[in-house]
Amino acid sequence: MSPSVRLQEMIRVIRSARTQCEERGVIQRECAAIRAQFRQADNVGRSHNLAKLLYVHMLGYPAHFGQMECVRLIASPRYSEKRVGYLGAMMLLDEKQDASLLITNSIKNDLSHSNQYVQSLALCTLACMGSAEMCRDLAPEIDRLLRTSNSYIKKKAALCAVHIVRKVPELGELFTTAAHSLLSEKNHGVLHGAVVLITELCEQNPESLAQFRKVVPELVHIMKGLVMSGYSPEHNVAGISDPFLQVRILRLLRILGRNNDTASDAMNDLLAQVATNTDSSKTAGSAVLYETVLTIMDIKSESGLRVLAVNILGRFLLNNDRNIRYISMMSLQKIVQTDHNAVQRHRGTIVDCLKDPDASVKRRALELSLALVSAVNIRSMMKELLLFLSSCPPELRAQAASGIFSAAERYAPSQRWHIDTILHVLTTAGADVRDETVPNLIQLITTANELHSYTVHKLYRALVADISQSLVQVACWCVGEYGDLLLRAECDDTEPVQVTEDDVLDALETVLQSHMSSPATRGFALTATMKLSTRITHNVDRIRSIVSIYGSCIDLELQQRAVEYNALFKKYDHMRAAVLERMPVIDKTSPGHSKGEMTAGPVQERDQTQKQPAVETVSQESTNQASNLLDLLSSSDDAPQSTPAQPHSLDACPTSSSSPEGDLLDLLGGLDLMPAPSLTVYEKNGVTLRLQCDRQMDTGVSITLSASNSTDGDITQFNLQAAVPKCVQLQMKAPSGDVLPARAAGQLTQAILLKNPNKVGLRMRVRVSYCSQGTNYQDTVQIDSFPSVAWQ
Amino acid sequence: MIKAILIFNNHGKPRLIRFYQYFAEDMQQQIIRETFHLVSKRDDNVCNFLEGGSLIGGSDYKLIYRHYATLYFVFCVDSSESELGILDLIQVFVETLDKCFENVCELDLIFHMDKVHYILQEVVMGGMVLETNMNEIVAQVELQNRMEKSEFVFISRM
Repeated sequence: MSPSVRLQEMIRVIRSARTQCEERGVIQRECAAIRAQFRQADNVGRSHNLAKLLYVHMLGYPAHFGQMECVRLIASPRYSEKRVGYLGAMMLLDEKQDASLLITNSIKNDLSHSNQYVQSLALCTLACMGSAEMCRDLAPEIDRLLRTSNSYIKKKAALCAVHIVRKVPELGELFTTAAHSLLSEKNHGVLHGAVVLITELCEQNPESLAQFRKVVPELVHIMKGLVMSGYSPEHNVAGISDPFLQVRILRLLRILGRNNDTASDAMNDLLAQVATNTDSSKTAGSAVLYETVLTIMDIKSESGLRVLAVNILGRFLLNNDRNIRYISMMSLQKIVQTDHNAVQRHRGTIVDCLKDPDASVKRRALELSLALVSAVNIRSMMKELLLFLSSCPPELRAQAASGIFSAAERYAPSQRWHIDTILHVLTTAGADVRDETVPNLIQLITTANELHSYTVHKLYRALVADISQSLVQVACWCVGEYGDLLLRAECDDTEPVQVTEDDVLDALETVLQSHMSSPATRGFALTATMKLSTRITHNVDRIRSIVSIYGSCIDLELQQRAVEYNALFKKYDHMRAAVLERMPVIDKTSPGHSKGEMTAGPVQERDQTQKQPAVETVSQESTNQASNLLDLLSSSDDAPQSTPAQPHSLDACPTSSSSPEGDLLDLLGGLDLMPAPSLTVYEKNGVTLRLQCDRQMDTGVSITLSASNSTDGDITQFNLQAAVPKCVQLQMKAPSGDVLPARAAGQLTQAILLKNPNKVGLRMRVRVSYCSQGTNYQDTVQIDSFPSVAWQ
Repeated sequence: MIKAILIFNNHGKPRLIRFYQYFAEDMQQQIIRETFHLVSKRDDNVCNFLEGGSLIGGSDYKLIYRHYATLYFVFCVDSSESELGILDLIQVFVETLDKCFENVCELDLIFHMDKVHYILQEVVMGGMVLETNMNEIVAQVELQNRMEKSEFVFISRM
C-alpha cells in the first residue's frame, strides 16, 4: 500500500465539496480526526495524518496543533516518518515557536546518521528554519560535513553554512578554510554551493573579502573551463555549459574586483572572452552576458571593455524579447549614475519604451527616463513624460508625478514653464500628487511677480473646469490673492477671460458648496472670498452674506473663520484693507520643514483687546489664555500692548490638520546655538520657574520657561501667561502639559518667541496660576533683565 | 535569496506554497491572493517579471513567473538573484517534475503535494539554488523514494 493513499482520499473528498461551506465542514471533520489520532500513543498512520494536515495548512486552515507531532515524527527511526516530520517542521515551525527548540537534538543526531538522506533532511531543515541558537550549536557539525567526501552532502552543507553565516555573522570565520578547499571540487553542485558561501562571507565581512581576493585566479580558471569546454550533456542548458554556475562566479568576481586594481586586471581577459564568445540567442546566454556586463561596469575595467559592455546593453535594448529589454533597462539603471553619457545615447529607445503595453517595461522606462533628465533635454523629455502621465497605469501615477515635479524643480528653464508644467500635472493627475505640492506651488507663484496675471487667468479657467482638490486649492488661493488682476482682464501672455465680479464669486461659492470639496479646500475658498472683499468694488454685500452663512457651519474651522471674518466686517472695518492686503513673498522652507517636522507648535498671537480675532493655524489648542491675559495687560501700568495681529500672513498655510508641514513662516529660522544661561524668576510654594534663552536671531529671541515642583503633592492646572511691552511681539507655544509631578519628578516647559524688530529693551510680565493641594494660587512676576544673550 | 515559491492555478487555488522567510499564516494567504491578483492580470506576451507588490520584503523584491497551461509558477526573489537565471530555474523545475511524474499535469500536483515538496527540496534549499542538473535531481529523488518504499514493504510484512 503506497504511503499517501489516505491523503489522496482526503484530497478527493475535499475537492468534491461543491461549496466553500461544505469544504470547511469536511476539513473540520478531518482535522478533528487527525487531532484525536495525534493523541494516541502509537499509530501506524502518523505520517499520513501529518501529510493531510500539511495539505489543509496549504489551503489556509489552522494547523498549529500539528507542531508537537512534527517533533515526534522527526525523532522516529523510520525514514518515511522523518521525511514528513521534517517537512512539517519547515512548514509549521519557525524560530518563534517553542517547539522548534525541541528538534535541535534530533537534528544534531541526524546530522551524523549513517544514511545520507537522513543527513540531508536535517541539513535542509536547519537551512530553512534554523534559529541563531541552533546555528551556534550545530556550526561545528556543519564544518565537519563540509569536509566529507560525499558531494551530495557537501553541497547541502555549503548552503546550510550560508544560512548560518546570515543568522550569526561571527561564525563566518569558522567556514573560511573549508570554503577555500571546496573550490577545488569537480562536482558542479558543490562548486556552486562553495561560490555562494564565499559570496556571503565576502558580503558580511570586509576582512574575508581581502582574504578571498587571492582566489580570483582559481575562479578565472574555472570560468575559462566552463566557457571553452565543448558540449557537456549534464550541465548543458541551451548550448551554454552550466549557466547557473557561470552567473554565480561572475557575481562573485564582481564583488572581489570592486575597487581593487589587481583583482580587476586578473579578470579583464576572462570578461572579454565571455562577452564575445557567449551566444545570446537564448535566455541562458543572455543571463550570462548580462552578468558579465554588470561585472565589467562595476570593477575597474579598461575603457575598451566598458565600451563593449555598453554596446551589448544597447543591443539588448533593441531586442524583440520583452524580458531582455526589461533586463537591459535594469542594468542601465544601475550604471546611469556613473556612465551617464553612454546611457544618454539610448535615450530615444528608452523613451519609446514608455509607450510599451507591458506595465513592467513601462515602470523601468519611467525610472530610467527620470534619471536621464538633464538641463539640456528637459523640454523634450518633459513633453514625453507629460504624455506618459496622461496614459500611464494608475499604480505608476504617483511616482511619475513626483518625479516630474523634482525634475521640473531642478532644471526648469523659466518660471513660466515651471508653472505651466505643474499646472499640467495637476490637471492630469491631480488626485495622485502629494500634499506638499500645494504650498510649494503657491510659493512659486508668489515669487514670479510678472506672471501673476497670467497665472490667475489660467487658474480661473481650471477652477471652473476641474475638481481635483490640489488644483482647486491653488486656484482659490490665486483668485483670492490676485482677483483684481483677473477682473481687470488684461494679460500679456494668455487670452484674458472676460469675467464679472459675480462670475468669480459664483465660482468660489460653487467650491464652497460642492460635496466634493474637502474641508481644507473649503477653507481656502472662504478665505479667498474674504480677500476679494477688498479687491472688488460692487459685491461686498454678497461677500458679507456668504461669510455670515458659514458662521453657523458645523465644521469648526470654517465656523471660526467665518465668525472672525464677520467681526472684521463689523467692528474692524477700518482694518480690513490692511489685514487683507497682498501677501509678501514667502520664503522657501528647507526640506526638513516641508516634510512634516514640526518645529513650531500651534502659533497663538495675542491681540490688543478681547474682541479682536485671533487667527490660529495648523493645530488647534485650547486657548483659555486670551481673555485672562488681556486683563493682565490692561491693568498694568506700562500698558504693554502687542502689535496688531497679522492674520494675512498666516493665510497661506493649508489648514488641513493632517499635515503639520508647510509652516511657511519659518519662525524659528536661524540656528544660533549659543550657550543658554538660565535664570530663576519665581520661587514660591515649592514651585520654581526658570527662564532660559534658547536662540538668538536678528530681530528676536526664543526662550523656554520651565517649571518644577518640590512639594510632596502634584500640582495641577498649571498655567502661564505672558505680556510684553508694545513694539515687541509675543508668541507662546503650547505648554508640555499642565501637571507638575511631586518632588521634582518631572518638568513642564513652554516655549515663547519674542520678536523685537525695534530692538527695545526686553521686559516681560508673567502670571503663574496653579492649584496645589486644593488651593488655587496666582502670582505675577516681572522679568526686567533677561540673561545677557537677550540683549543685542 | 528566493523568498517564496508559489504554484497556483488559473483561479488562484494554491497547489504548492513554500516560504523561505517567516510569515504568519494569514499573511501567507494574503500574499498568495495578492500575487495571484497581480499575475493573473498579465497578458501572455508581456515580460515575465513583475514588480509592485507590497507584502513580501518591502521594496527589494520582484516576482518572476511562468505560465504553463493551467498553472502559474511564481518565484519571489530579491535583488541578489539573477532574474534570467531564475526564469531558467523554473524551466528546470518543471522539466524535473515532468520526468518524475511522467507527463505531469495539475492533478499530479494536487494529489502528490508531498512528493512535489520533496522534489523542490532537491532544487532549492533555504531560499538558495541547490542543484540545477536535472538528471542529478531526478536520480536523488528516485533513491529517496525507493528507500521509503522499502520501509513500507518491511512493515507490511510484520
